[in-house]
Amino acid sequence: MKTTYREAMRAGLRDAMQRDERVFLMGEDVGRYGGSFAVSLGLLEEFGPERIRDTPLSESGFVGAGIGAALGGMRPVVEIMTVNFSLLALDQIINNAATLLHMSGGQFNVPIVIRMTTGAGRQLGAQHSHSLEGWYAHIPGLRILAPATLADARGMLWTALQDPDPVLIFEHGSLYNMAGELDDDAGAVDIDKAAVLRRADGQGDSGDTLTLITYGGTLPMVLDAAEQLAGEGIDADVIDLRTLRPLDAHTVVDSVARTHRAVVVDEGWRSGSISAEISARICEQAFFDLDAPVERVCSLEVPVPYAKHLEEAALPSVKRVVAAARRAVGANA
Amino acid sequence: MSTLRGQTVPDPEHALHLLRQMLRVRRLEEKCIELYSAAKIRGFLHVYIGEEAVAAGVMETLSPEDAVVATYREHGHALLRGVSAGAILAEMYGHAEGCCRGRGGSMHLFDAATRFYGGNAIVAGGLPLAVGLALADRMAGRQRVTVCFFGEGAVAEGEFHESMNLAALWQLPVLFCCENNLYAMGTALGRSESQTDIALKAAGYEISAWAVDGMDVLAVEEAARRAVDAVRSGGGPHFLELRTYRFRAHSMFDPELYREKSEVSRWMERDPLSLLRGTMQAAGQLPEETWAALTADVDAEISTAVGFAENGTPEPVSELTRFVYSDRTDDGSTGTAATGGGQAGKGGAAR
Ligand SMILES: Cc1ncc(C[n+]2csc(CCOP(=O)(O)OP(=O)(O)O)c2C)c(N)n1
Repeated sequence: MKTTYREAMRAGLRDAMQRDERVFLMGEDVGRYGGSFAVSLGLLEEFGPERIRDTPLSESGFVGAGIGAALGGMRPVVEIMTVNFSLLALDQIINNAATLLHMSGGQFNVPIVIRMTTGAGRQLGAQHSHSLEGWYAHIPGLRILAPATLADARGMLWTALQDPDPVLIFEHGSLYNMAGELDDDAGAVDIDKAAVLRRADGQGDSGDTLTLITYGGTLPMVLDAAEQLAGEGIDADVIDLRTLRPLDAHTVVDSVARTHRAVVVDEGWRSGSISAEISARICEQAFFDLDAPVERVCSLEVPVPYAKHLEEAALPSVKRVVAAARRAVGANA
Repeated sequence: MSTLRGQTVPDPEHALHLLRQMLRVRRLEEKCIELYSAAKIRGFLHVYIGEEAVAAGVMETLSPEDAVVATYREHGHALLRGVSAGAILAEMYGHAEGCCRGRGGSMHLFDAATRFYGGNAIVAGGLPLAVGLALADRMAGRQRVTVCFFGEGAVAEGEFHESMNLAALWQLPVLFCCENNLYAMGTALGRSESQTDIALKAAGYEISAWAVDGMDVLAVEEAARRAVDAVRSGGGPHFLELRTYRFRAHSMFDPELYREKSEVSRWMERDPLSLLRGTMQAAGQLPEETWAALTADVDAEISTAVGFAENGTPEPVSELTRFVYSDRTDDGSTGTAATGGGQAGKGGAAR
């Protein structure tokens, strides 16, 4: 069936609400307004205000309440409008959700799911445009998901709700309108493994293969870049990480062992980013397979600016990905 | 010896029980100080000495299904909620028999079996959790109460206000207990709040709130019972400001430069244990041998607990990375594997 990322998310939510009475959605404007990105549009009418629960503007309060409700046996899905606002709830996410199981010696699970948008590209200025999921991926005790496909938008929520530990789902704002075909019977998906969405068919020793590694909002651009590179005779594996923590380094290393080159694309800033971690893992685990230094395409190190040309210049682009890929391949040519 | 307002207590047997509860906390913590000085236990240690009437009075009004959320000054809350002194001390020793297998320490005591949710070292961090626990009960239609203890220092944090608002807006079954001991570390209330009447502040959120003499265990219990009954029967959140005082420094590292010794000794004249004991004695309700038996009993409990902790086993380093994520079973399903855990006798998650 034809659907959008937004509709797939909504279908996932509706399905979870129908399947498990303990599931409820809570956040700013999720009810009457229909969700600031219209993800929950119509769900209030369907499930009522107890389960589609509008909250005041108090990120720390309602995220913490979600954690408490999870401790109390519910399965809350908490929506935070954007990752920038989640910073007001950092205390609850990091000091409580991520630590309670460990500090209690295994007694208290926190089965909460926290969803939020991330990323730039819509000229919203610095305070609505950052990509901070890499920071959250730094925190033991959290699971970090970044659905980039319709199937993942539809299926990750239910799997996340089965996880007894806190799960954060990052939805890139530019993906909501992405449309495409989704299987009629699409449902829960695995959240442990990265996906190889495109496989280089070269044997890896001809000097024209590489692995493009990304997740979330930059996946469509990376697929475009791979297409363009294929036209130039450069053959790329494309890996969608899907889960930033725990990181499936295995799939990455496997691919690099075949292609011998890697380009990591990440909308976060380069310094201290998730791409730094991935690059380090490749160096640790596949160093002798590498024929070129690992390349990274990240956001420039500025708060994301408003003006369209400046914003575009700050973000990863097909052009920059292609250029990095050429460098990686050329380094061995 | 000073006494409570009335010259007799209405139910001597119950009063004796309260006296025992307060004494258990007092003795446990005196022992903690001793063990700390002997370097047997480490980290931050915040004792509750002087404030025992608050935990003793409030805990009395709860049923086993209710939930308790506390701060880092929570040994007394844990003990009176039913966590054994042995499991508490073993935790401070970093032993496997501790109530959190040595991962929590003094500031992070937890116990699923008694629905004791910490043990939170972030000032005000427990308030939203209490709101959420109460929300879960409301949504599931359970008549349980969640009690949340916090110091007056928490009142200046945003999470306090967000929690008051949410609890009142959604009419959640939570009892907020503000332990107003006048100081947040070295900062006196008047130096941190524009409005120092805390009950009034809570009332501003449309929450029934009142202030109580936190040195009078009978008054605390009476107020708490009234509040808990109201919360349980659907009356929405309630708030108690318990006016109390800590006799000791904030923590073992505190040189206490911020208050006069004379102020401390003035408050010590209102020691909650002495007040109740004095009243009972004056009314002939506490024969000397009863008191002697009580102290002997409590001393025995504590020394048994020390023995238990002392003879415990260090949580093995091989277990270090457990409980970061839940253990997964062979069939791929997930769930905690926490069982046993010594004297605390806890099973898995309390759900
Ligand atoms: C968010 C936060 N800020 C600062 C601290 C450091 N700190 C620990 S205890 C304390 C004072 C708290 O006072 P109060 O809430 O009145 O509780 P009391 O110690 O009097 O029981 C401070 C500032 C902290 N633990 N958490």
